[in-house]
Amino acid sequence: MSYIDPHIHMVSRTTDDYQNMAQAGCVAISEPAFWAGFDRTSARGFYDYFRHLTVQEPRRAAAYGIRHYTWVCINPKEAEDLVLSREVIAMIPEFLGAPNVIGIGEVGLNKNSKNEVTILEEQLALADKYDQPVIVHTPHLEDKRKGTRLIMDAIRHSSRIDPKRVLIDHVEEHTIRDVLDRGFWAGISMYPNVKGSPERGVDLIENFGAERVCMNSSSDWGASDPLVIPKARVEFRRRRHSEDLIKRCTFTNALEFLSNSPKFEAPKYEAPRLEAPHK
Amino acid sequence: MPSSINPCPLTRTEIITSNFIANRTRMVELAAYLDRVERAASGEDRNRDFLIEALVSALAMLVDGKGNRTQRVLERLSDPTIEPLVSAAGMKGADGAYRPKSKEEKP
Repeated sequence: MSYIDPHIHMVSRTTDDYQNMAQAGCVAISEPAFWAGFDRTSARGFYDYFRHLTVQEPRRAAAYGIRHYTWVCINPKEAEDLVLSREVIAMIPEFLGAPNVIGIGEVGLNKNSKNEVTILEEQLALADKYDQPVIVHTPHLEDKRKGTRLIMDAIRHSSRIDPKRVLIDHVEEHTIRDVLDRGFWAGISMYPNVKGSPERGVDLIENFGAERVCMNSSSDWGASDPLVIPKARVEFRRRRHSEDLIKRCTFTNALEFLSNSPKFEAPKYEAPRLEAPHK
Repeated sequence: MPSSINPCPLTRTEIITSNFIANRTRMVELAAYLDRVERAASGEDRNRDFLIEALVSALAMLVDGKGNRTQRVLERLSDPTIEPLVSAAGMKGADGAYRPKSKEEKP
């Protein structure tokens, strides 16, 4: 059964992960630009990172039959430095023309500071100018609720971007309702400790519906699971949810959101192979 | 609690039995964690006690009978302020619970 992971950081993962994801049915991924776990010392570090995302990683994914798409930006964890951030923003347009770049992201907030808000607004203006979809990182843990509200206010006040072209990621039970009510897409990240589990991911679908909701792994260099979407599918089935709902949450919705970029090519969907029961 | 848009097809009994042991384990682990904190030698260092205080106050929400526990627990652990920080210089990660600015401030 095919699935799409619309948020995963493959530069931090091994080729074994690609192998396992392909075997589990992964046909396409999108990789937002993010923090490497340490701060880069110059904008040149980002230039090389963007080349990695646009040249090297698509090749690596293709070897396993997986289509690789990406997003570019200065991430919120390094956005406190205004000078560095603006140097990175200045090089973004050069990469927007790459065949696998489908938007700006993951922009957002980390500690909800004034500088972070400034850089978020400048990147929203860039997305507006170049007519790009946006994927948004919301802060972790105690900072999430405040940060999510500040982000949505910034989008509303500082840009003309259609909320249907913006995915607010890492929603949880205390933020998903606001995100959906304001017309945005919501991303459910199933990531140990700081985000959610497959069980809570399915709970969110039960309680808030599947409209404008994508499930993802956000898997990166930390303790995380690139196979968590197939595990969520198992949880859906364990609860006897329909295959239509599973397909919508792990394939169709991601396809719909990512198709906000004309560069995204819809992968073919392969239905689950149901074996006849033994006689 | 929001009414379910895609109701879980499992019965109440199926839900209880399929997850009971895992959640029993989580509860015992939490009890062991609180015991470990209580018997820690460096009892004078109270710098991170706000985390335990937040955890214990959120725990009360699990048994107060008001429902919608997940959302309320997450809100209890959230920063209640609304204005952006003046600066995040030197700050990177999150603690897991809001640190009140004074003893009088309640999250």
